[in-house]
Parts: sequence; C-alpha cells; structure tokens
Amino acid sequence: MTLWWAIAALCAGCYALKLAGLAAPRRVLDHPGVRRFAELVPVALLAALIAVQVFTEEGGLHVDPARTAGLGAAAVALLLRAPFLVVLAAAAVVTALARILLG
Amino acid sequence: MGLAVGLSGVAFGAAAVTAGLSVPQACVLSLLAFTGASQFALTGAVGAGGDLVAATAGALLLGSRNTLYGLRLADLLRVRGVRRLVAAQGVIDETTAVSLAQPDPAAARAGFVATFASLYVTWNLTTLAGAFGTSFLGDPGVLGLDAVGPAAFLAILWPRLASGPELRRLAAVAVAVALCATPFLPPGVPVLLSAAAVLVVMAR
Repeated sequence: MTLWWAIAALCAGCYALKLAGLAAPRRVLDHPGVRRFAELVPVALLAALIAVQVFTEEGGLHVDPARTAGLGAAAVALLLRAPFLVVLAAAAVVTALARILLG
Repeated sequence: MGLAVGLSGVAFGAAAVTAGLSVPQACVLSLLAFTGASQFALTGAVGAGGDLVAATAGALLLGSRNTLYGLRLADLLRVRGVRRLVAAQGVIDETTAVSLAQPDPAAARAGFVATFASLYVTWNLTTLAGAFGTSFLGDPGVLGLDAVGPAAFLAILWPRLASGPELRRLAAVAVAVALCATPFLPPGVPVLLSAAAVLVVMAR
C-alpha cells in the first residue's frame, strides 16, 4: 500500500463518514444509547490523541520536556479562559522557548 | 477561530512534510479529508513508521466522530440532495460546535455555512504555506508547531472536561489505555483502543 493509496482511502472514508451522519435516518439519533455514545467517544479519542502526540515517540513512551511545557501552557491558558488562538499560540511559543532554553 | 485554525493548518502542513509526505499529498489531505485530527493522526503514524493500513484505520476511526456530529447536525441543517453532499464535507469539530451553540435552526445554518466556508479556505491555504515553508525551514519543532495539534485537541476537549467528573474519568482512562498500549501496538491503534473506555463508562 503506497502512501498515495492510504491518502485516497482516508479522503474517501472521511467523506463517507461525514455523509453517513447527515443522511442517517432520524430514528438512529432518537436512541438514547447512540446519543450517549456520540457524547462520549470524542472525549475518549481526543484525550488519547493528546496523550499519544505529547508523550510517545516512535512507538514508545517518551516525555519531551518542551512539548509537555507547551501542553501545560495551553492548559493554563484554558484555565484563564483565553481565546482559542491564544491557547494555540501559548503552546507553540512555550514549546519553542523551552527548546531554546533546554538546548 | 479562523486564526487559530490557520495556525493549526500551518502546523499540519509542517508536520506532514516532516513525516515524509510531499507538499501535494499534504494539500490533497486538507482539500479532501478536511478533518484535522484524522490528518494529524495519519501523518503522525506515517512519521512514526507505522503500518499504513493501521495508520489509515486509526485516522478513519477518529473521523467517525464526524458521523456522530452529522447525526446531531442533520436536524438543524435539514439539507437534501446536492446541498447535503456539499454540507457533508463541512461536518467537523468547529462547525458542529458553532452550529450547536446557536439559539435557533436559522442561526445554526448560517453559522455552519460561515464557519465551513472560512475554515475550508483558511485550512487549505495555511496547509500549503506550512508544507511549502517547511521545505525551507527544516525542523518545525524549532517553532514549537508540534505542540499546536495537541493544544487544539485540548481546547476542543476542555468544555467537556469542565462539564462533570464522569467525562474527566473517561478522559483519564482513555489516556491510560492509549499510553499503556503504545509500546505494544502499531501507531494509530492505541488511540482506537481507548474508545473501548467508552463502553466501560456506558456499561455502568
């Protein structure tokens, strides 16, 4: 499987997944189990994705101090109710500064 | 929010090229997949040397949350035919958040269209800029761009974490599952596995 095939599969699949939600019969949404699942799945996936992108490297656990500091800065910005852009900028700036300071 | 997505777009373009994708490959993903988390997941797994099939499957499972968004948006948008085919491409985190925050269906539809249009243009232009710029810049880590993706996910997650202890517990379990599984499974799979934490919470 070449990289282009993976990209094509992801593009087609992502579109199909979006369309499936819009086109699904209304009954599906009325089911309380589906509603609850719809609320919970993104929370689990996003939390896992943050952990994997910040604390793993090449298939192993790895704490990158600069990236961890950047995520911490984002959390502080969110606690202070900063706008979305400030949260992202804080993460990038703190990560970059930490890399300079830590060499 | 457009600026923030722009920053994410630059970060994605940079991450994609760093992971070994070409500039056209990064741009095709942003044009056609148009769902940041899945794009980051695929390039992350490719960069980590993961199996392409597992990487694609992982990114697709992450994209399945858009199906759930679509279910919630279908009632608000009430689109049919060609308009539904176009609107489908816009069913993502940001458009869903904006639409669901509106007081009535008309405002929700207007919010969806405005958010979709502006983010689609911004995301694609900044992906191009990030991917192209990285060819000259070299390592995007110097600018801390590798922290932008996780920070964006945290910002999306934050209001849900604030809404109650149950969702905080779920997030903690998902993190633990993903980190514990990472040494044993190909990149992309541990994130999928963390969705199993949902079944545990639902079963209680």
